[in-house]
Amino acid sequence: MSDTPAISVQQLQKRYGSTVAVADVSFQVQPGQIYGVLGPNGAGKTTTLHCICTLLRPDAGQVEVCGIPVQENPKAVREKLGFVAQEVALDKVLTGRELLQLQADIYHMPRPLAQERITAVLQLLDLTDRADERTGTYSGGLRKRLDLAAGLLHQPQVLVLDEPTVGLDIQSRLVIWDFLRQLKAMGITVLLSSHYLEEIDLLADRVAIIDRGTVIAEGTPEELKARVGGERITVKLQEFAPKELAERGAQLLQSLPFVQKVLINSAQGNALNLVVQRNGEDPLNAIRSHLQAHGLEVFSSSQSRPSLDDVYLAATGQTLLDAELAAAEANLGKKKK
Amino acid sequence: MTRTLSQPQPSSIPLFTADFWQETFALTRRWFIQLQRRPTTLLVGIIQPLLWLILFGALFQNAPAGIFGAGQNYTQFLGAGVIVFTAFGGALNAGVPVIFDREFGFLNRLLVAPLTSRFSIVLASSLFIVSLALVQTMVIIGADYALGAGIPNGSGLAVVVLIVGLLVLGFTALSLGLAFAMPGHQQLLALIFLVNLPLIFSSTALAPLSFMPSWLRWVASLNPLTFAIEPIRHLYRNSDWSFTDVVLQAPWGDLTLAGSLGLLAGFVVVSVILVQNVLRKGLA
Repeated sequence: MSDTPAISVQQLQKRYGSTVAVADVSFQVQPGQIYGVLGPNGAGKTTTLHCICTLLRPDAGQVEVCGIPVQENPKAVREKLGFVAQEVALDKVLTGRELLQLQADIYHMPRPLAQERITAVLQLLDLTDRADERTGTYSGGLRKRLDLAAGLLHQPQVLVLDEPTVGLDIQSRLVIWDFLRQLKAMGITVLLSSHYLEEIDLLADRVAIIDRGTVIAEGTPEELKARVGGERITVKLQEFAPKELAERGAQLLQSLPFVQKVLINSAQGNALNLVVQRNGEDPLNAIRSHLQAHGLEVFSSSQSRPSLDDVYLAATGQTLLDAELAAAEANLGKKKK
Repeated sequence: MTRTLSQPQPSSIPLFTADFWQETFALTRRWFIQLQRRPTTLLVGIIQPLLWLILFGALFQNAPAGIFGAGQNYTQFLGAGVIVFTAFGGALNAGVPVIFDREFGFLNRLLVAPLTSRFSIVLASSLFIVSLALVQTMVIIGADYALGAGIPNGSGLAVVVLIVGLLVLGFTALSLGLAFAMPGHQQLLALIFLVNLPLIFSSTALAPLSFMPSWLRWVASLNPLTFAIEPIRHLYRNSDWSFTDVVLQAPWGDLTLAGSLGLLAGFVVVSVILVQNVLRKGLA
């Protein structure tokens, strides 16, 4: 069994009319892994997940869950799979327990088993106290937890979570992260999409970074970060530097031998993002004195090891935040028309 | 290794297994819980036809006796019409909660589940709407009786229940089909609004065929509502009815009681086939 991947996606394609939502996505999830799909809004994460969950029919490519082809045998796939959508959709008139009972019935569980499992998931997600209240009275975090409980009720081998923590407060996020670790301990394969870097970095065994419907990087977070290499230094010439100033600074720093790359980050007030190769001495001192020699002062600076954002940056030339902003602007433009 | 995926096999005919009934009853229960916790829907659904009966009945109170058929006053004539268009209205709106389920994502919860057949979603709504319509029908029949319109005999009432059931099943299926096919609830509600009153006015709910110009007679005698109204009206009028009685003299020929039941059953079959196609196409 362990040879069969829990999820296998090969050259998946999906269009909506003339819009290409997923152009070329391939990845494999091994049983028991937490696998992250990372990318900005509109990158094709949800579409990919919907194709895996039998909600959408791929235009091309092969998707298998536990070795079962999704297209040929969707019903068998549905037995194995739990899906928790990004938007929590509960019937606000039903109580939490009634919703779980409905969930148990559409998965054809016998009554006694359903009661047992409902009690168990309510406890697992700390919902027992509120189980007999209508879901309309629940807070956002509580609603999400009930949704997770529902997705887990039939004990799926694979749980697919679309942006499970989006829009939640810190405390609810922590509860859900903890829950995902428990799932892993239970041996359940988890596929989760997110546009939060730290979430994927913290939880995922492996990650596929998706941009504009294409996988641009795939591997363990450590591998990906190591592949980008170097050390990151962010230098601000002013709190919000004018573009000309930032460009001049970038030009100056480019000439330093240990600086591999300089990018102007507009999302950080035109800060300079540097990739440097350390060779003994402190690169920050050299940077500071080089800039001072040309009449520029360093307003602030920071040093870090590469993050997944750097992986994204290296592959696409923009940060995840920039991509999010661009997507939001494009959306706004569309609505104005 | 690129290969285009084969089209999925058409889902088989719903297997009426224990699993199928478990999912169907669970989905039906949800609608009844909603009704129980939001009783306004039921109250309005009962008050509205009563208002129709009283107000519309009064409107033609002074019409010459016998004009609506031998020995009939308008209240008696109207009763069958109100029963049918009340049931029709409920059935026509059956798709509304379903399209909201689609928009809010609740439907996805059902679609990722290994349902024996997605027809259970349709059947669950139909069971709920039919039960609601039968409650409304009983109340209308009771009120009509109190207003002096008489009442069909025992076996007649059973046939009324059958007629209302068939009509509601047909229109519920159509409405659910639209709920899966329409882009959003605005479009669905607009379409329901567009269809609702014209279908009532182009049937024999409010006036007999003999009142109509010949083109409207044709329309009315092809309208499924008429196939339900006329037999019920006949059952009201005759305690010694039989299935071979002519209930409508349509421009295209005489329609018997059995004939109208047959047409209604045909209407249900066509609607269910249509919605099955939509379910197969619209839902991956």
